[in-house]
Amino acid sequence: MNNSALILMISVQLVVTLLTGWFFYKVLVTKPKAEPDSYSENDDVER
Amino acid sequence: MVKNTEAWGSRVGLVLAMAGNAVGFGNFLRFPVQAVQNGGGAFIIPYLVSFLILGIPLLMIEWSSGRFGGRFGHHSTPFIMGSMDKRWIWKYVGVFGIFSNIAIASYYCYLESWTISYIFHSLFGTFDGLSQLEVAVFFTNYLDVTTSTTGIPYEALIFFLLCLALNTWILSKGLSGGVEKVAKIGVPMLIVFGIFLAVKGITLKAGEDGAINDGVVGLNFLWTPDYSSLANPKVWLAAAGQIFFTLSVGMGSIQCYASYLKKNDDIALNSMSAGWMNEFVEIVLGSAIIIPIAIGYLGIDKVVELTGIGGLGLGFRTMPYLFEQWGPILSALAGVSFFGLLFFAGITSSLAMGTPGMSFMMDEFKWSRPKAAIGFGTVIMLLGLPTIFFFAEGVFDEYDYWAGTVSLVVFALLEAVLFSWVFGLKKGWREITEGADIKIPLIYRFIIKYITPVVLILVFTGALIRPANDDWSNFNPRKWEFHNESIIGQLQHKGIGPNNDWFAVVFFAEQPGIVDSTYQLRNKNFISVSKTNENGAVQSRQYRYNDSKHYLLVKPGDEVNTGDTLFTGKVINRIFFIDMARLLLLSVFLMISGLVYYAWRKRMKEGRNEI
Repeated sequence: MNNSALILMISVQLVVTLLTGWFFYKVLVTKPKAEPDSYSENDDVER
Repeated sequence: MVKNTEAWGSRVGLVLAMAGNAVGFGNFLRFPVQAVQNGGGAFIIPYLVSFLILGIPLLMIEWSSGRFGGRFGHHSTPFIMGSMDKRWIWKYVGVFGIFSNIAIASYYCYLESWTISYIFHSLFGTFDGLSQLEVAVFFTNYLDVTTSTTGIPYEALIFFLLCLALNTWILSKGLSGGVEKVAKIGVPMLIVFGIFLAVKGITLKAGEDGAINDGVVGLNFLWTPDYSSLANPKVWLAAAGQIFFTLSVGMGSIQCYASYLKKNDDIALNSMSAGWMNEFVEIVLGSAIIIPIAIGYLGIDKVVELTGIGGLGLGFRTMPYLFEQWGPILSALAGVSFFGLLFFAGITSSLAMGTPGMSFMMDEFKWSRPKAAIGFGTVIMLLGLPTIFFFAEGVFDEYDYWAGTVSLVVFALLEAVLFSWVFGLKKGWREITEGADIKIPLIYRFIIKYITPVVLILVFTGALIRPANDDWSNFNPRKWEFHNESIIGQLQHKGIGPNNDWFAVVFFAEQPGIVDSTYQLRNKNFISVSKTNENGAVQSRQYRYNDSKHYLLVKPGDEVNTGDTLFTGKVINRIFFIDMARLLLLSVFLMISGLVYYAWRKRMKEGRNEI
């Protein structure tokens, strides 16, 4: 691969992968909001 | 009487469902072709700029509008938009958010059914030993619904009905019980399949398994930037267009999914996560599959020629042949992976398309979810059948153009205006940041209010008056020639050629060339006219005729020009099917508008006009 293609590809793919990973990681580790929230799986009582 | 009490099961499920909604065929088939045609690696610059100033703002607008409308019990765009401004017009603008989904789903499910069929054929070795031409002919035969490639009569129709039944069944299970479960399986699966194919594509070695190039040659070709292309407005419009298609914005499905969120739940982080996941699939995986593999086996020139017929052609006419070079077991695995990832990309999107119309019927007419799902399936079947039976006559392309392209841009433009200028950005920003788990840069206030609507106006204007040959350099309103694919060009039937009456008694040649043969295929008669273009490539055009109804006026070896008579006898021209498809789409739009009016009257009578 030529240098300009390689640099462009690696930098773009790296940035996109890191941002995707970081946002999804945040989704996974952020504590759920107090009930009633939007999600039924963490409800104490069945809806 | 049933109240709509749907809910998401989990936050991860919602994010994956939203990501699945965005990830579609375009990530793997359209994006790499657009990049090849618009400056290679340099395309990524306008593409990412469009994502930042168009994609992210539209995601925020749609997520927050949806959650806002959901607070009033609205889960489809007519009444979501109606809750943002009381003027009647917005309810009817919101019709786009049901119409687009229904119209797109009716041909998208057909496309999705091709992937099921191709998984079946990959597993059962149908493509074993076929030449590249034979694989391409297989696809042509498959699209001719009367031809069977398996012995099953009306095979394409059977696979379509199977696919539709699967969609209907999943939708009938609800958001957390159906859509979310499929997303939790489908999105990870398509990423796994994509990684497998990308690794295989990049590690191709010239001389092994018949490859003529290393896989990195394809990557090099795709990513080598041609920065001069950035001066061409066509490249910027193509990038903005790709952002539309890839994020599924301007459709109404995001609002519908988000309407099941509560006021204090985050939308900022969720929308970023789903949006960037789509970008990962598109930029990282989408760029590493079809182009590297195709260039590895066919070379750059051939792939450039093939991209001219679009990503779908490359995916379905060519990829099975290329996988065959990897031996029987690996080719079956690659075929299942490739068409499997397309299937998961497709079904997570088509399920999202089913939800707005169903939610509307559940909210306004108190339909149960199973009843609404069956209603959706029935409508999609009725609307989808013309795209199957009259595919060659251009009905599929008409649906794609008007519902899958123009409607999205119009709706996105109007919703951006509503959100920023009518609803007001002060309230809008509060909606976006309410319950946010991440801090959104304040610059987005400015971008959402000014930049995004202006860019959308430019995109719409670009689509409306796109010039012939995409030459924007000599703007002259008096001599402006419209591109065949511009909105005005389409309305004028530009490029339709000399057969421009619905019904005729003569049929004219639509391109000059030599009649190279008249032949029979699948019990149908064809005339083939070929010409050699300036690059030395032969372009053939096949015209179908009926030997019992038509009288041929040409024979092999004759030279014909555009407009010369090929045969006489009663003819129904392609333009008839095109106009009927447009009328059908318009009727669907008007019918949904009528339902919205009826629902509004019903609300008034029941004293439910709480907005």
